[in-house]
Amino acid sequence: MYAYDEIDRTLVNERVSEFRDQVKRRLSGELTEDEFKMLRLQNGVYLQLHAYMFRVAIPYGTLATNQLRALAHVARKYDRGYGHFTTRQNIQFNWIKLAELPDALEDLAKVGIHAMQTSGNNMRNVTSDQWAGVAPGEIEDPRIWSELIRQHTTLHPEFSFLPRKFKIAITASDHDRAAIKIHDIGLRLIQNEKGETGFEVLVGGGLGRTPFIAKTIKHFVHGRDILSYIEAILRVYNQYGRRDNIYKARIKILVHELGIEKFSREVEDEWQHIRNSSLQIDDEVIEDIRSRFTYPPYEKLPHMPDELRQAAADPDFEAWRKNSVAPHKVQGYSIVTISLKPTGGPPGDATAEQMDALADLADKYSFGEIRVGHEQNLALPHVAKRDLPALWRALDKLGLATPNVNLISDIIACPGLDYCSLANARSIPIAQELTRRFANHELANLIGRLHINISGCINACGHHHVGHIGILGVEKNGEEIYQITIGGRADENAALGTLIGPGVKFDEVADVIEDIVEAYLALRERPEELFMDTVKRLGVEPFKERVYATR
Amino acid sequence: MTSPLEQKKIKIAGPSVVTANRTWDGIVVYRTAAKSWSADLSEAAIVRNSDEAKALLAESVADDVGAIGPYIAPVQVGSDGGIEPGNLREQIRRTGVTIGQSAQA
Repeated sequence: MYAYDEIDRTLVNERVSEFRDQVKRRLSGELTEDEFKMLRLQNGVYLQLHAYMFRVAIPYGTLATNQLRALAHVARKYDRGYGHFTTRQNIQFNWIKLAELPDALEDLAKVGIHAMQTSGNNMRNVTSDQWAGVAPGEIEDPRIWSELIRQHTTLHPEFSFLPRKFKIAITASDHDRAAIKIHDIGLRLIQNEKGETGFEVLVGGGLGRTPFIAKTIKHFVHGRDILSYIEAILRVYNQYGRRDNIYKARIKILVHELGIEKFSREVEDEWQHIRNSSLQIDDEVIEDIRSRFTYPPYEKLPHMPDELRQAAADPDFEAWRKNSVAPHKVQGYSIVTISLKPTGGPPGDATAEQMDALADLADKYSFGEIRVGHEQNLALPHVAKRDLPALWRALDKLGLATPNVNLISDIIACPGLDYCSLANARSIPIAQELTRRFANHELANLIGRLHINISGCINACGHHHVGHIGILGVEKNGEEIYQITIGGRADENAALGTLIGPGVKFDEVADVIEDIVEAYLALRERPEELFMDTVKRLGVEPFKERVYATR
Repeated sequence: MTSPLEQKKIKIAGPSVVTANRTWDGIVVYRTAAKSWSADLSEAAIVRNSDEAKALLAESVADDVGAIGPYIAPVQVGSDGGIEPGNLREQIRRTGVTIGQSAQA
C-alpha cells in the first residue's frame, strides 16, 4: 500500500471544498451548465443517459480495505447499491445526484480517494499492472514510478488543458497486463546493461475511431530522466497536437502524421532543453516514494501446505485454483484473481455487499489489500496458499468464484447503450448472453484462453480492437448492428483485430461467436493451439467462411 | 439513437419531444406545454414541425437551472394519444437498462 502524506490529504480535501462551492453555485443558477461542465468533468462527473455518472480513480489499481468499504458506502448511500469497475482502473457509479456529489466526494476523501484525472483533456489516472509488486520476475514495483508521475501531473497546469485526454500505463513484467501499447504513453520498466533502472518508452497508442499500436520512441530512458522525457513528449504534443478537430486531437494522430522518426527528433530537441533541469529526479525523491509503499510481513511458508494438498481432492476447488490463482514472488503465497464476470452478469459490476465482504476477506487473507485490473476483475495480491481453500469457499458464497479468468466468458465490455450517452448499441446484454452460452466450464477450458471485448460505439471503451474476438456495436437505420473482428490482442504482442465481414444484428451476435469458436475447435491442430495461434496460422478467411456461409 | 450533439440543424420527421436531465439529480425529464419539466413522458409537449421544435428547444435551453442537455427526440403517438419513445435510446432512457439485474433496483 502507498501511504499518502499531508500534501496529498490537503489537496484532496481542498478539492472537495472547491467542488462543494461549485455545485452550490450551479444549483442556485449562479453558474450556467456551460460554465460548470468543465468543473464537474474535472471531478469525474459526466452526464449519461439516466443520470450523472461519477468516475472515481483507483491509482495504479491499488485499494486498501477501508477504501473499498468507502466505495461500497458510496454505492449504498448515494447510488443504487453497486459500482462498475472500468478498463482503466476506475470505478463508476451510474445514478448519483449532483446535489449529493460533494458529500460522496467528502466521504471518499476521508480514505484518500478522489476523482481527479478521471475526465477532461488532462493527464488521466496513471494505470499499472494489477500484479505490481508481487509478480515474479519484475524489475521493480512499477507503482513507485506510477506514483511519481501521478504526483507530478496531478493538477499540473501544463497538463490540464491538453488537446485531448492523455493516458499513461506502466508495466515492469515481460508479460504486459497493463496494455501499455494502447496508451498515449506506454512505459516498460527495464534495466540496461549497467544494471540501471529505466524505461522503454512507447508513444502514440490508442483505440477509438482511429486505432494505433504504440511505437517505441526511445529504447532506454534512465529513471531519473523519466519526468523530463514525458514532459518533452507532452510539450511537443501541446505544441503540434490539433485542437481544431476532436477526432484528430490525440497524440496517436500526431505521431502517425509526423512519423515516429520526426516526432522523436522533436521530442529529443525539447528534451535537451529540460533534461538537466529541476525535472531530473533525485534518488532521495524516489527513495521517499519507495519508502511509502509498504509490503506485508510475509511469513516463511511451505510451497505446498497440507490445506492445499487436501483441498485438491475437490474438483470445484481445483478448477478455481487452476484458473484464478497465480504464482507469487514469495514462496507460500499466491495472487488470486476475483472474477467479476459471473454467468449472466454485467462485466465489472460489484454490489456494495460484495465490496464490503471482499474487504473483510482481504483483511483476513490478503494483508488488507485489493487490486483492480483493466480486464474489469479484482485481485487479492498476497494470499497464503494454506488459506486458498477457505478463501475459495467464502468467495463462492459471494458469487465471486467463477473460474473463468482469461477464458471466453471473461468478457471486457463497456457500459454501452444501457448507460452511456455516446453509445450507439448495447454491450452488456451481448456479454450476458455470451456468458450464458459459454457457462459450461469444461467447454470454456476446452476452448482455452480467448478474450472477447465489446464496445457499444467507435470510442472503443471496451477495447474491441484488441480483443481476440472484438465486437463493435454501431447503429444503422435505427438498428443495432455489430461488427466482428478477430486476431486483436492487448499484451506485449499487441495487435489490432481484422474485420471478418458485414455486421450482424443484435440477436445474431452470440450465434456468430459460437460459429467462430466451433470453427476454431475444428481447425486447431492440437488442444494446446490457442485461438490466437490458429488465427495467426490461418488468417481470418476460414472464420469468415464459417460465419457467412449460411448468412 | 441520434446523438444530441448532431442536432445542429433541427429537422424532424415526425412527432417529437424535448428531453433533458434534471439538473439537481440528473433524472430524465421532458419539457411540458406548461413550460416546466416532467419525469412522465405522457406530460411532454409534442412538436410536429421544425419551427415548433426550434421554439420548444430554445425555451428549454433557456431553463438552464431546471435541466441540462436538452435535445429533440422522436416519439410515436398512438391513436389513443399515448406517447411512446421513438427509438431504442429513448426507450432505455424512459424504462431503464435492459440488463435485467440489480441495476434495475
